Amino acid sequence: MSSPLRGDGGAELLFNGVKKHPVTLPSQSEPWDMKQLLVWIQRNLLKERPELFVQGDSVRPGILVLINDADWELMGELDYQLQDQDNVVFISTLHGG
Amino acid sequence: MAQEVCGLKAQLREKEEEIAALKNKLAQLEKSRAASVELHHRVMPLTPLTGKAALSNEDIMRYSRQLLLPELGVQGQLNLSKTSVLIVGCGGLGCPLAQYLAAAGVGRLGLLDYDEVELSNLHRQVLHGEENQGQAKALSAASAVQRLNSTVECIPYHLQLSPENALQLIQQYDIVADCSDNVPTRYLVNDACVLSGKPLVSASALRMEGQLTVYNYHGGPCYRCLYPVPPPPETVTNCSDGGVLGVVPGIMGCFQALEVLKIASGQGSSCGQQLVMFDAQDARFRLIRLRPKQASCAVCGENPSVTRLVDYEAFCGSAATDKCRKLNLLSKEQRITVQDYKSIMDSAEPHLLLDVRPLVEVDICHLPSSLNIPLSSLEERKREHLQLLRERVSQLKHQMAGDCQPPVYVICKQGNDSQKAVQILEKMSGSEVDRVTVKDICGGLTAWARGIDRTFPQY
Repeated sequence: MSSPLRGDGGAELLFNGVKKHPVTLPSQSEPWDMKQLLVWIQRNLLKERPELFVQGDSVRPGILVLINDADWELMGELDYQLQDQDNVVFISTLHGG
Repeated sequence: MAQEVCGLKAQLREKEEEIAALKNKLAQLEKSRAASVELHHRVMPLTPLTGKAALSNEDIMRYSRQLLLPELGVQGQLNLSKTSVLIVGCGGLGCPLAQYLAAAGVGRLGLLDYDEVELSNLHRQVLHGEENQGQAKALSAASAVQRLNSTVECIPYHLQLSPENALQLIQQYDIVADCSDNVPTRYLVNDACVLSGKPLVSASALRMEGQLTVYNYHGGPCYRCLYPVPPPPETVTNCSDGGVLGVVPGIMGCFQALEVLKIASGQGSSCGQQLVMFDAQDARFRLIRLRPKQASCAVCGENPSVTRLVDYEAFCGSAATDKCRKLNLLSKEQRITVQDYKSIMDSAEPHLLLDVRPLVEVDICHLPSSLNIPLSSLEERKREHLQLLRERVSQLKHQMAGDCQPPVYVICKQGNDSQKAVQILEKMSGSEVDRVTVKDICGGLTAWARGIDRTFPQY
């Protein structure tokens, strides 16, 4: 299953400054959910300082997760089951003015 | 007879000249009164804003190009004149916002900022000029806005918004715009807006990106619905660390002006449950659907736990400014002053000066003899950089007599990253590199520029 991942608002800096990450997730018997995706990202994309991205089994405070341009809260957050070609974005909230 | 006529004519001319001079004097006085706005150092009760009952001929001419829009029209213009807007922060967002609100004829503008104008503000805080350096930003912004439209009532506040004054202030305004630059202020403004029932037009900008949402508007979510827990302080980047291209907050401040004007005129905003994201690099806006108001929200939910303003600096674990924090990770023995380093340099004592700033900052300025290895490379143990470090340390060791440990002095911009680097290098010493004695140069290049070399650039 493939899915474009994206980091914005400084969240890309966690991924070596690269904003877009087209990824192909290994196939498994049940559909991938967001909880599993976060674990997969930690293991495969984000080897340095995972505490800047995750806290417990979710993202750390200050990061907003978007699935297909919608707040993941509208989609079931960690339980959301990923579809092929879903667009997942992690944005870091900005505070500067 | 003819003589009398001549005399009277001369007298009339004289009187006419006198009248013209008086008129001129009056006009100048009125003009200077409009331009000199009084700076407020604390929150005072304001007289109610009455607004205009009808547009004057001058109003019609001034606002004619927007009166022609059916979306605004005469009623919309009159609504603007009855609206008061509080702008929290007169920086990169607040300047263009205040400018467009004043130009459009909003009735009253509260301009709040605790800070003074600095040279490094001018690339983005476009209401302030070179001659305003050192002046209160609120006053500088108010004077600029009054020159643009003297019919708008401007109230500059030179104060820090706090849990003690925020409610009294925000209650006196119809719409609040968050143009602040730090996390505690964002939570404070949000809570005060929820508690006093005011819509909050909020924007932020950093580097090449901007974000905008209207909170607490028409039953939509508040800032806390989206961000119930503040981010860990070490994950927050401010403009003085991360940088920002001036036009990016410019665009976001203009966007805020648009939403404020739509709410004030009666058209309404469509950003109440939406996040507008601006990516300046790709020149792209994205609209994100947000969660609705959360029943569990601590301030706007069904059973709120925040029913009055709290200590937001404690809640967020950071200060309500965007000034850099000073870390203190090392012991006294692990640090030297810039004066100490100057004498080491002057005595030509063999040592390694390690500059741990990112390359983009080293390009701005650096000390001539320094070796640049960014902190991030040390953290990630980048191979080519470690190799370079090893070579330089062993050269140094070779150069020095006996089996002493080569001294390494670490420097950065302000003396925070250099302390982290000292900790990493101490771990590496004796294993990943030859044994070294590592010390931090307190206060970094900023202290160097202030205390040793006044000609060294500061940024």
